[in-house]
Amino acid sequence: MVRLTIDTIPVEVPEHTTILDAAASVGIKIPTLCYLKDINQIGSCRVCLVEIEGLPQLVASCNNYVEEGMVVRTNSPKVREARRENVEFLLSRHNTTCTSCVRNGNCTLQSLTRDLGITDLPFEPKLMRWKWPKDYPLQRDNNKCVNCLRCIQVCSKIQEVDIWDLVNRSSHTAVNVGGARRIENSECALCGQCITHCPVGALSERDDTARVFDALADPDVITIAQVAPAVRSSWGEAFGVSPDVATEGRLATALKRMGFDYVFDTDFAADLTIMEEASELLDRMQHPEHGPLPMFTSCCPGWVRYLKGHYPELTANLSTSKSPHQMFGAVVKSFFAERLCVDPRKMFVVSVMPCLAKKAECEEPNQADACEAPDVDCVITVRELDRMVSEEHLDIAMLPESEFDKPISEATGAAVIFGATGGVMEAALRTAYHTVTGEAPKPDMFSDVRGMKGWKEATFNMAGTPLHVAVASGLGNTHHLLEALESGEVHYDFIEIMACPGGCAGGGGQPIHDGEERAESRGEVLWGLDRKADLRNSYENPSIQALYSEYLEEPLSERAEHLLHTDHFGWDMPLAPDVKAFSKPQSKVLQ
Amino acid sequence: MSRMYVLERSEAQAVMDEMHQALERRLECSSLEPCPVEFTRAVVSMCATQSCGKCTPCRVGLKVLEGLLDDVLEGRADEGTLRLIESTASTIYNSADCAIGYEAGEMALLAVKGFHDDFVHHIEHQSCDFRRRRHVPCVSGCPAHVDIPGYISLVSAGRYTDAVRLIRKDNPLPLVCGLICEHPCEARCRRGMVDDPMNIRGLKRYAVDHMEEDYRPVILEPTGKTVAVIGGGPAGLSAAYFLTLMGHKCTVFEARQHLGGMLRYGIPDYRLPHEELDREIKWIVDCGVEVKLNTYVTDIDKLRKEYDAVYIAIGAHNDRKLGIPGEDAEGVISAVKMLRAMGDDNPPDFKGKRVCVVGGGNVAMDVARTSIRLGAEKVTIVYRRRVQDMTAQVEEIEGARAEGCEVLELHSPKEIVVEDGHVVGLRVEPQIIGGPRNGRPAPRKADAPDVTLDCDVVAVAIGQAINSKPFEDLGVPCQRGRIVANPDGMVPGFENVWSGGDCESGPATVIRAIKAGKVAAGNIDGYFGYNHKDEITVPIEMPQVQYKGKVACARCELKEREACERKHDFDLMEIGFTEEEAKQEANRCLCCDHFGYGAFRGGRIFAW
Repeated sequence: MVRLTIDTIPVEVPEHTTILDAAASVGIKIPTLCYLKDINQIGSCRVCLVEIEGLPQLVASCNNYVEEGMVVRTNSPKVREARRENVEFLLSRHNTTCTSCVRNGNCTLQSLTRDLGITDLPFEPKLMRWKWPKDYPLQRDNNKCVNCLRCIQVCSKIQEVDIWDLVNRSSHTAVNVGGARRIENSECALCGQCITHCPVGALSERDDTARVFDALADPDVITIAQVAPAVRSSWGEAFGVSPDVATEGRLATALKRMGFDYVFDTDFAADLTIMEEASELLDRMQHPEHGPLPMFTSCCPGWVRYLKGHYPELTANLSTSKSPHQMFGAVVKSFFAERLCVDPRKMFVVSVMPCLAKKAECEEPNQADACEAPDVDCVITVRELDRMVSEEHLDIAMLPESEFDKPISEATGAAVIFGATGGVMEAALRTAYHTVTGEAPKPDMFSDVRGMKGWKEATFNMAGTPLHVAVASGLGNTHHLLEALESGEVHYDFIEIMACPGGCAGGGGQPIHDGEERAESRGEVLWGLDRKADLRNSYENPSIQALYSEYLEEPLSERAEHLLHTDHFGWDMPLAPDVKAFSKPQSKVLQ
Repeated sequence: MSRMYVLERSEAQAVMDEMHQALERRLECSSLEPCPVEFTRAVVSMCATQSCGKCTPCRVGLKVLEGLLDDVLEGRADEGTLRLIESTASTIYNSADCAIGYEAGEMALLAVKGFHDDFVHHIEHQSCDFRRRRHVPCVSGCPAHVDIPGYISLVSAGRYTDAVRLIRKDNPLPLVCGLICEHPCEARCRRGMVDDPMNIRGLKRYAVDHMEEDYRPVILEPTGKTVAVIGGGPAGLSAAYFLTLMGHKCTVFEARQHLGGMLRYGIPDYRLPHEELDREIKWIVDCGVEVKLNTYVTDIDKLRKEYDAVYIAIGAHNDRKLGIPGEDAEGVISAVKMLRAMGDDNPPDFKGKRVCVVGGGNVAMDVARTSIRLGAEKVTIVYRRRVQDMTAQVEEIEGARAEGCEVLELHSPKEIVVEDGHVVGLRVEPQIIGGPRNGRPAPRKADAPDVTLDCDVVAVAIGQAINSKPFEDLGVPCQRGRIVANPDGMVPGFENVWSGGDCESGPATVIRAIKAGKVAAGNIDGYFGYNHKDEITVPIEMPQVQYKGKVACARCELKEREACERKHDFDLMEIGFTEEEAKQEANRCLCCDHFGYGAFRGGRIFAW
């Protein structure tokens, strides 16, 4: 143990504790900006500065450690002046139009400026010219960037995709897509993890709320909303409302108040996905000529983009099943449009998703199977949903609960767990087990695939046949798994991958809480809903059974293949020519 | 009547001088590869501040140029801007009245032409294409990328064996490098901005000299693969060491009676004692390297069949001739032959003789100082350029002079005067220095009569050549005597044959040879289908890095034994640090692996 004094308080902490953590242990919260625990402790912003007795210069508390007898002052006049002036430097290169910023009210620079008592900007602002494609799902405004470098670190260390890099030097240093590529020509998976780890408004999703409001205002358009499983665990966070108040029932009410003609639950389509995907898995196991094993889940479009960008040779291993919301869009614009006797081209389907990649997915050319219009017209993130709730000045806690619209909203516990890592796997195994054995699975018999571990594996006995499965979340973990798979170190039959750590619960379209990872707690909400559900297996869903008997016949039928499956070879990731060289910076040849 | 004053430096002038010195230090250690456009912009600005303001091109032109460069940096430029930059720089160069202007114009022109592609990249992509590779200055300055801040922190913590372990991860010859490395790492050391660069070599030597205990490295499971290494110098030994650690069976074929190559046959004992060198080599050989001494091999076709891979690292052991009359007389000796005889403990008899050494490199100094130690009556180093143009390290030149060597600069050898087949003198032609040729000031014949230096021995130290002919005859590609290899070390057209070290690069430094051996080992291993380089790791816990604050403290230098004493023997000349010096020096390290850019893209690299 090391004993030291911080702001006259005696502190005793283990060796190799940072000064920042040591101060926190006695309740002293040193302000930070670039700091992201274990990911970015590089002392670049110089906000967490402290004064150490005997040292002429100030030091960053995030990457300096305690020493025996050290005397630290976290808020001396020297510290305050330097901290304040460094923030003023940043503000002089920052577009401080906070009132119209997407992160207004949830911005670390803004709160820091307030906390440091900065009410005047002494340095003349100087902003850089910046070009960015306005229609790309991922938006970046360099004049909001504070060069904290978190996005680079998250993309490199957690996701191992390395899209971002520092370009230029000196005062022109900026974060941009590395290797002089343009974002639209990069292998970005659109996981959105850079957005959820950005402390300011530099990174954000393309805002599609205006398109939704326009559709809602058009009397000739039938507006349909669908809500992803993980949204119900998090949509109240921006308003400080807990998940037991911000329920799926109140969410349905909120969307109806906005004016949606129909509000559906994507969970229904998650059950439908399981019916198709479990059937596909069993089909591939029995008929290897129908597709290679291991079969990869395909419900995460970030993962699909990653695979096609980095391991295109494994594309055939993807399940051909569409992601749930795309299945839903196709069912709405076919089955449901027929039911209503309306022209599906008059429908406007909005998916509310915890996801950025789905904004690109719904625009893919072969996601228009029900009619010539896209199956899903618009995807908004939870953050955009929350902005719409604010614009509609809805008070969540005061809303009554209501049910999702029938007949395509009924769902089982197997569907809601899609939003957490391991959930798709477990849901598929439950139904596959039933198909193979004819018996109902015992509750929680597949729970080995749950939990926050980045790469999980398990073997289950399927009526005498061992089934080797693996689950990974986060693209760094995925990278390691695929490398091991390709080198023959591991062998699996079925693999679930989610691009975001923790799955959709930690999705790149989720609400942002600087310095907090909420994937696990949101996932717990979803597993809790599964435990409480009357029906916990997709094959038991009566609406699904009805859809098959009335319309789709059976899983993998011709109509199901047409509406619910997709050709992954139908589009390419926009690879820049130098992508191979760039995506593998550790060249195998030493020079 | 105007009054006169004795000139005194004003306070402001003193500050100005101090700033100039700080700026010089800063430029000397450079930064992390600045953007070429940013740097040009800064140089132009700096030059503009020196303008007196009298003439138009300097006063206005340099500022116009600055603005144009800003346009490039801030995304306002197009192709026309580039043309305008070039014509502006030309006009300043062509029309300025004094050097402040035209030298600035010339520098700008050099930059615009030399960095043309970088300018275009900025204009087209609004970003710099000049990639940063130097994340930690000393580590990237070291060809073998030794983890320098890491072992310095271990020296600081008093863990010398661990320091040596960490060095050996990338360099199996820490003792050798502790004594004779040319330490390119120190040239970029950021501590140089504060006062002086770190004495890295001194700390390495201290660690080696003070290891608490010996240890043996971890050797991976045998793979059954075999490698023939031709040449037992630093490149060959490094390759053999790393390949052995990876589990491959290596056989080193050495033409002479001892291992070490130029370390033994090129570097005198007083800089690198034979017994010390042998100790380090034995440590490597004991890992399981098979050695065949006195075995001169050239038949690579045979080796290729008998071994899974062949590494050619024969060094550069042939001499170069002066090409003047009398060169075949008795008493003319090449540096290579003389130092080789020293390596085989067979010294020539120089007692009471007058020796002329021709050359200005480190080898010339080695020969001169060896001659002094062999009892020569007089030693004169003859060089056709000036002393400051010599390629030898300054301390080597000073050391030679202190030991009594004369230096005759600006004299070019013209003829060896021979009587009865024996050298009696060296006729030299006085030179005058002129403008640059190939980057160095070139001498030309001066308007003065020739001089004859009476002498008994002429030692020729004007470079080494490579004995690549036997390999060339077998079809191995060679260019100007050097064996040609790809950047990964493989000889083109010869699958499973690799080459590196002096025979591939031309005569260079020990650390570059070590790097070549390391690269070959990593790539031969990859060629065998393995990736063992990730397993050449050092499982030691590193000391905590701590910001120590800027406490100005100059660099400790390694002392040498007194010249009057050392010149009589071949004992090690240099004295290692005391504990007090080592501790102080280690504490000066700014830990660029943990602070600055190193915090972001630096840190510890445990595997290659």
